[in-house]
Amino acid sequence: MENPYMPYPVRIDDIQIATEDKSLKTFKFVFLNEGDEEKFAYHAGQFAELSIPGVGEIPIGIASSPVEKGFVKFTVFRAGVVTSHLHNMKVGDIMGIRGPLGNWYPWDKLENKNVVIIGGGFAFTTLRSSIVYMLDPANRSKFKNIDVVYGSRSPGMLLYREELFEWEKRDDINMHITVDGTDDPDWKYHTGFVPQVVEQNAPKADEDTYAIICGPPIMIKFTQPSLTQLGYKPHQIIMSLENRMKCGIGMCGRCNIGKELVCKDGPVFTLEQINQTPKEY
Amino acid sequence: MDTCIKKIRALAADLLDKGEVERVIGFAKGTIPMATSPIAIGSKQEIEKLVFNSTCGLNLANFVTKQKGKTAIIAKGCDSRNIVTHIVENQIKRDEIYIIGVPCTGMVDKFKIASLFKDEITQFEEAGDTLTVSSLSQTQTLNKQDYLRENCSLCTHRNPVLYDVLAADLVEEQVLENPFPDVDRIEALDPDARWEHFENLTKNCIRCYACRNACPICYCPTCFVDEAGPQWVGKGQNKTDVDTFHFLRAFHCAGRCTDCGACVEACPMGINVRDFTRKLNKDTLEMFGWEAGLDLTKRPPLDAYSPQDPNDFIK
Amino acid sequence: MKFITIDKKDWTKGIDKSRKTYQLFGPVKDENGCKIKELDKDLAPEMDYHESVMSAKSVLFPQTETLLTANLDESVEDHHIMKQAKNEYTPRAVLGIRPYDAKAILLVKLNFDTDEYRDPYWCDAYEATTLVGLGITHPGPFDFSTSVGSGPFGEEGLDILMADLDDHYLAKVLTPKGEAYAAVCGFDAAADDKESQALFDILQLEAEKNITSHVETDKLKDKALLDLHEAPFWDDIAFACINCGTCTYVCPTCWCFDIQDEAKQKQSSRFRNWDTCMSPLFTRHATGHNPRGAKVQRVRQRFMHKLKYFLDKYDQGIMCVGCGRCVKSCPVNIDIRQVAHTMNTFEKKD
Repeated sequence: MENPYMPYPVRIDDIQIATEDKSLKTFKFVFLNEGDEEKFAYHAGQFAELSIPGVGEIPIGIASSPVEKGFVKFTVFRAGVVTSHLHNMKVGDIMGIRGPLGNWYPWDKLENKNVVIIGGGFAFTTLRSSIVYMLDPANRSKFKNIDVVYGSRSPGMLLYREELFEWEKRDDINMHITVDGTDDPDWKYHTGFVPQVVEQNAPKADEDTYAIICGPPIMIKFTQPSLTQLGYKPHQIIMSLENRMKCGIGMCGRCNIGKELVCKDGPVFTLEQINQTPKEY
Repeated sequence: MDTCIKKIRALAADLLDKGEVERVIGFAKGTIPMATSPIAIGSKQEIEKLVFNSTCGLNLANFVTKQKGKTAIIAKGCDSRNIVTHIVENQIKRDEIYIIGVPCTGMVDKFKIASLFKDEITQFEEAGDTLTVSSLSQTQTLNKQDYLRENCSLCTHRNPVLYDVLAADLVEEQVLENPFPDVDRIEALDPDARWEHFENLTKNCIRCYACRNACPICYCPTCFVDEAGPQWVGKGQNKTDVDTFHFLRAFHCAGRCTDCGACVEACPMGINVRDFTRKLNKDTLEMFGWEAGLDLTKRPPLDAYSPQDPNDFIK
Repeated sequence: MKFITIDKKDWTKGIDKSRKTYQLFGPVKDENGCKIKELDKDLAPEMDYHESVMSAKSVLFPQTETLLTANLDESVEDHHIMKQAKNEYTPRAVLGIRPYDAKAILLVKLNFDTDEYRDPYWCDAYEATTLVGLGITHPGPFDFSTSVGSGPFGEEGLDILMADLDDHYLAKVLTPKGEAYAAVCGFDAAADDKESQALFDILQLEAEKNITSHVETDKLKDKALLDLHEAPFWDDIAFACINCGTCTYVCPTCWCFDIQDEAKQKQSSRFRNWDTCMSPLFTRHATGHNPRGAKVQRVRQRFMHKLKYFLDKYDQGIMCVGCGRCVKSCPVNIDIRQVAHTMNTFEKKD
């Protein structure tokens, strides 16, 4: 087996400022070695360790989608040592990516089902990967209705704005974009917190509907009751968790919640599974 | 000293019964010979758990801060000095702590006693100054005075300096012609030998931080070795990093260390951690006439300025 | 050849022969206790030791180990591309390792060698290492190895098990690795199979009779994980804990580590250090959120991991081999045997 600590060398191909306060940037990476991209074949929902020699590694959800070839994209929030360093890097710089790591959203279970995607803030990265995957012509027919509720503090803080507005125009996906508040008189979409928008716009649960929810702990805490009110059972609510990680391969022991390792048994868990773990996340 | 436990228990029971304190922090009997474990008693019913003897080598002042409500503590001389330092440094208010003072005749050096036996010690008993120590293969009767920890043998503050009640009569304080013979021994070495002495000291360090965590004056929310942005010190076994941790920690304790010996007591590798701080204690005494934890009204010399401070190093 | 007699007069000569092809490790005493150290050419293992303060885990899992390196000089062709560090995995032998430490290695292997991933550093070191064990005829008062699936003459994980019979060792060869090592040393005085096994059986029985410390863990498997987690006794257990790393670092079955990068001028290296779940920073997110920010949560985590999570996950007993090092070394005398008893006898009150 290959050394799981060894990253694939990549080059930064593009950097976009993702939010108006510049705290998030979207990085586009290209693999240096031919064949590495195939080895890195991933599913929507997985993450990877972005590796900067001499600085460190960070676990980040993969924002690009498996159907997008030739590159991988990550949207990174500037929080600490490594992310700050990454934010100061330039197009053409060389670094590494280790992965893909973790499990993914249960795509085989979601076939022929209605999918409701709920995201908040900058946790939308793997949800973007999921939406692009589902909307791809090769995949769209595998799923029934797709609803998306995505909210952030203000319009300038929404990730992937142009894509969101494009999706909104489509008729094979129902977008419910919301912001906590805005001064923009031309704002066409919702205003209000994600839990309320979910209550008012998300479809009621039935045995053919699943919800994927990804966001900061506080958003998840208040959205769960809304979903429960709409009738979603714990096994129908799919969540992606975060935790402090180092190795990403289930060996350093840091990211455990009870006996589950978030990097290997997760990061995707159903609410039913999470209810059986200690609340240490 | 081991005989004052009845008085300690009675005092503690009374405080809890009257609801004057939320808890009494003392020592509980250990599960292995020569060990005791810090404990917080919340009710009169648990009072028999408290013990006090010559193996109570940790500093309970380490456990009294950040508690809700009033706390009673069983304090030896050094512990009480650390409580004074806590009050001066705003880690606890005087009215939040009730001090049951215990005049102390010293703690035993567990490593030194263990080295007398070729197998593990299975029993340790003390009666006054007589220690009866047994392993599977032999029993020895020792005089406690010959097996005191080094800091206890050099202690000049055996009586608590601050207390609400005493659990025993005051004991006579030692008067030492030279309170720092251990520092003198090291200072007498030439630079190369001195460097080797300190390299030997740190060679077994496993960076467990038991010394730092057992020390009552090490209470920084984020210790300098744990800082990540930027990172000052490496966390691994690089010799320079290991040395830096010990030397810098000693400097952070300068002027505040009461030589309680909890650091040495806690170290699993038997390192004489006090070798790092003793010289600084000597210097503070000689340069500032200062011993930590004796005065509720003064701040330690490294955070106070006086025009009389020595300044002959300013050229 | 299953059993070998090694005259103690021939022991040093034999192991010195092996130094040509094996790096040797063994117990070495110093003024602070006994450690398992690398044996430089003049250092002989002190086989008459009792316990080592630290376990043998550092032979396979050094406290600080370089994983990858990179050259940051942008004028060099493969700059910023990480390469595997050139660590030495030449054959090595650990002489005089205790049976509980060898069993611990098997438990740790479950972590580093999985179906999905193989840690090359630990696994290569493991494959290169021969474990020459020494049975314990007089277990110390902290040894509770028989309660947890090991024992003073346990064979699990060893390549050779030796018994100290005053003027000679009786060695039982357990694996091809053990055979190879004995051959290199020239230890070839065969002993009668039946007699030798009978002797080992007696020694084992006697040694196990000398174990005075017993712990019951039979009911842990059936207790509900969340019931144990939410139990009210954790606050009392956690009070004395000072959150140092002593228990985790002396423990042969603890494996948690931290990965860090350091750069000096134009060279960078990524290495791992032992880390401890007792540290407040262990689970602290970059945002400041800390799922185990309170001391009691960390103390609970350690014991739940050792006595419940590992048990449930791997079904190979608890994550403890009864060596007693944590019991002896804990500065505040928190005793895992007591905690195991508390957990094992816990009944949830409705």
